[in-house]
Amino acid sequence: MSKATKGARKALIVLGAIFVAMYGLLAAGVIWGTASWAPGLALDLAGGRQIILTPVLDEGASQEIDQSDLDQAVEIIRNRVDASGVAEAEITTQGNNIVVALPGNPDQSTVDLVAQSAQLQFRPVLLTGAPGATTVDEAQAEATTSPAPSEEASIEPEVDLSSTPQPSASTMSNVVTETDAAETASATDASADPSPSPSPSAVTTDSELVTPETTSAVEPVFGETDPSSFEWLTADVQSDYAALDCTDGTNYAGRSMGDPETGYVACATDFQKVAMGPVELDGNDIETATSGPRMTQQGTLTGDYEVRIQFTSEGGAKFDEISQRLMTLESPRNQFSVVLDGVVISHPQVTERIPGGEASISGNFTQESAEQLANQLKFGALPISLEVQSNQQISATLGADQLQKGLIAGLIGLGLVVIYSVIQYRALGLVTVGSLLIAGAATYGMIALLSWGIDYRLSLAGVAGLIVAIGITADSFIVYFERIRDELREGRSLTSAVDHAWRRARRTILASDAVSLLAAGTLYFLAVGGVRGFAFTLGLTTLIDVLVVFLFTHPVMILLAKTKFFGNGHKWSGLDPRSLGRESLYKGRGRVKSQSTGTGAADGSGAGSATSDGLTLAERKAAKRKAATATVATAELAQDAAETHDSTSAESDGADADGPDADASTEEKK
Amino acid sequence: MASNLATWGNKLHNGEKTYPIVAQRKRWFIISAVLMLAAIGILLGKGLNLGIDFTGGAQYIIPGIENPEAGPAEEAVGNVVPNQEPRVSVLGDDSVRIQLGEISADQQMELTEELAAGYDVPVDTISFDQIGPTWGAAVGQQALQGLVIFLLLVFVVITLYFRAWRMAIAAILALIHDLLFTVGIYALIGFEVTPASVIGFLTILGYSLYDTVVVFDKVKENTQHFESQNRYTYAELANLAVNQTLVRSINTSVVALLPVASILFIGSFVLGAGTLKDISLALFIGMAVGTYSSIFVATPLEVTLRRKEPKIQKHTEKVLALREGGESDVVVNDDGEVRVGALKAGEHLGQAAQPKRKGRK
Repeated sequence: MSKATKGARKALIVLGAIFVAMYGLLAAGVIWGTASWAPGLALDLAGGRQIILTPVLDEGASQEIDQSDLDQAVEIIRNRVDASGVAEAEITTQGNNIVVALPGNPDQSTVDLVAQSAQLQFRPVLLTGAPGATTVDEAQAEATTSPAPSEEASIEPEVDLSSTPQPSASTMSNVVTETDAAETASATDASADPSPSPSPSAVTTDSELVTPETTSAVEPVFGETDPSSFEWLTADVQSDYAALDCTDGTNYAGRSMGDPETGYVACATDFQKVAMGPVELDGNDIETATSGPRMTQQGTLTGDYEVRIQFTSEGGAKFDEISQRLMTLESPRNQFSVVLDGVVISHPQVTERIPGGEASISGNFTQESAEQLANQLKFGALPISLEVQSNQQISATLGADQLQKGLIAGLIGLGLVVIYSVIQYRALGLVTVGSLLIAGAATYGMIALLSWGIDYRLSLAGVAGLIVAIGITADSFIVYFERIRDELREGRSLTSAVDHAWRRARRTILASDAVSLLAAGTLYFLAVGGVRGFAFTLGLTTLIDVLVVFLFTHPVMILLAKTKFFGNGHKWSGLDPRSLGRESLYKGRGRVKSQSTGTGAADGSGAGSATSDGLTLAERKAAKRKAATATVATAELAQDAAETHDSTSAESDGADADGPDADASTEEKK
Repeated sequence: MASNLATWGNKLHNGEKTYPIVAQRKRWFIISAVLMLAAIGILLGKGLNLGIDFTGGAQYIIPGIENPEAGPAEEAVGNVVPNQEPRVSVLGDDSVRIQLGEISADQQMELTEELAAGYDVPVDTISFDQIGPTWGAAVGQQALQGLVIFLLLVFVVITLYFRAWRMAIAAILALIHDLLFTVGIYALIGFEVTPASVIGFLTILGYSLYDTVVVFDKVKENTQHFESQNRYTYAELANLAVNQTLVRSINTSVVALLPVASILFIGSFVLGAGTLKDISLALFIGMAVGTYSSIFVATPLEVTLRRKEPKIQKHTEKVLALREGGESDVVVNDDGEVRVGALKAGEHLGQAAQPKRKGRK
């Protein structure tokens, strides 16, 4: 077995191994995992709703939307959609856009929910409590007895609020008042299950407090009534408070933000129920927010993290006032709550005046949780609205129809390519067909794997990409086969032609595939929507094309070149030297094949006619001299095959009316 | 047919049959220039027929109707949004497409129900597409941005690969040629431009380059050591490369166009309209033009650009001078053209020319 053959067998074994691994993995996924044999389909084939939203800053806004803001917006939309009970929604960012894909035919309220913009509000906390809903009677009872500070109420971990520019030693003393309690509380908190059992509210009543019951008769007036007053706990707010069930996940997303000028009830991310006064600050009052490791005054790291809020000058002034008021109040009324999209994302307490326009929330954040809160605050500070760019509903019927027709189109296309290849390349065309089938199987396997692994969804544009790829993949084989033919025309034997052709074709195939991949990559990273699906399949098939050419087509050609059928250039092999205008007549051991049998390929396109057969070289030369006209076109290049050493480039019959063969690489040889 | 093409390929390969594509480049340039100007003229004058994805608006597709007629749709639109003039078209044999200007979300819901009632189909079989007015501009801008970045990358890659930046320029000009021509045809015939068409246009970029790179690779191979011979000029060798890759170009185009044509056929006659048809139509035109340009525009352009390179210019002058002086052993065809790639056979120069052993008289 020659080296080349060995290499070819090895390549085929590698290809086999790749296939076994790919389909084995897929099979394992199907049996033990969540994979399926059929690739996942995108909305336009499976049916569903696609909404493309672009976050737009209000006019005059100085901020910019960055990736973390987009991610935050996606997070909020995902929470809302999950809360609304829609399963398998897919929310992604593409460029500056948010693409929401909802399966089925969602109702209008779900759609509205998605496009709603999220708002950030700062409200003073009036009341905190256990997450569960209570009956109205209980609520009344609780409300009358419990608007009070309690251990339970101060469970919020981020308790330390201090001004970052700490000029004096006095502000340094802002120790966390209940650090221990807070830490233990939040430790349990972190491990808390999304629907924690309502903890027994060990509420101690502070008799000094005015009960809401007595004050609710007086209507609080926005701008006049103290925002921390219990007057804000009107009958409506109280019944809301009672009815709200913070063990229910749906109350953590997409809730109405309430009237900014009245009291409000919401769930906090630590599963507490919070009743609040009117809005005192909103997103516009915040410049930005950052997170980082907390440092002491001396600059040593404390080991935990903090979230720093930078207010606008106006917001800073307002917050100064608020902090002065809150620091004097009892817990939980010394807390302010930060509400984003209807959820209290933080409700730290204020223990001192914060005049500098910068505040720091600390407690026991991890790096992630601090970052998350800072991103939420920063996002809330953006005067952003989500503009619906495209709202598309594809019915499942239409999707299925398109997929079916698309596949039919693909099969017809494939069939036509097969027919054309076989006509053009005869038996060699079957190598094309085999390669295309291998490429098809590899592509199918990859798409099924990707749809399991990275949740890839095949779209109609993707199907179009696959069909177009048939042509581009087949082209690699055409380039290769044409090269082999060129080498045969130059008089090489098939084995050596395959070898030479491969070296040149390989370069061309790699170069052109690189360009194709470049196009697919550029499209994928810069485009939106359907373009991406298309670019993805195009890129994938280009890679598979390279794989197939290297591990299948070429090795198979090497092996086929050894067979009698191809090696001897059977008429139907597609590599018939006669039809390629070249036949080496020297058959070795001094034997020369008689010309008369070599010509006259079925279509009469043989290398030359047999008119001058039987003439010796000298006779032919004499005839030539006699006929010596000015035309050089019929010049004779050939020499007797038997006399030349190079049997591969031998041409015994130069009387070919069309003139001698020209060796394209002649100039290279010089 | 196959063997005829193969025979033709043989003749092209050995230079026996040569189309003077590079020599007649002025002709191709004029044709292309006229077409380009026409395309630009049509684009500026008539403009593209932009789909609702670019203009904003709403579109409904109702499949599976027994009698696809415009009547119920017009009635439903008249009831819900009386001030709008719907464009109703029948797709395939059982679907209807209705296009409208912008409507509100409520109107959209209402219209869906009216249409379902009008055509007597369940509400959830109706597909709709509602597009904001700025979306198209954003998509268009992104496509343009992608195009520019793509061209820069391609320029770098081709320059590195062929080690000749003029080749990159020629390839990119050929690519712009294809794109402009395709878009021009869209404007001329008034095909609707949808995001799917844009996908098609962008794919043309990839395909056109792919095709050009294959031809250029052959040009590079043929002209690799052009200075080491004095028979043929650079232009003649490049022309031989184009001729030698003609069969491949034709086979490739046919093979690439067959699947596209089959999508186009299914897309237009069975499905009516939509993503498949839009992508394949753009591709069909683009691929056909791409094949033309890789043969008739890219290489001639490359030769024109490189002709002035000192090395090539000097070589060309030398070759022509030798030929003039009759010192060049090239084969001249009947038509007086030099047959590139063929050598004039030598002849016996008599015994006097044979080497002699020293000392013998």
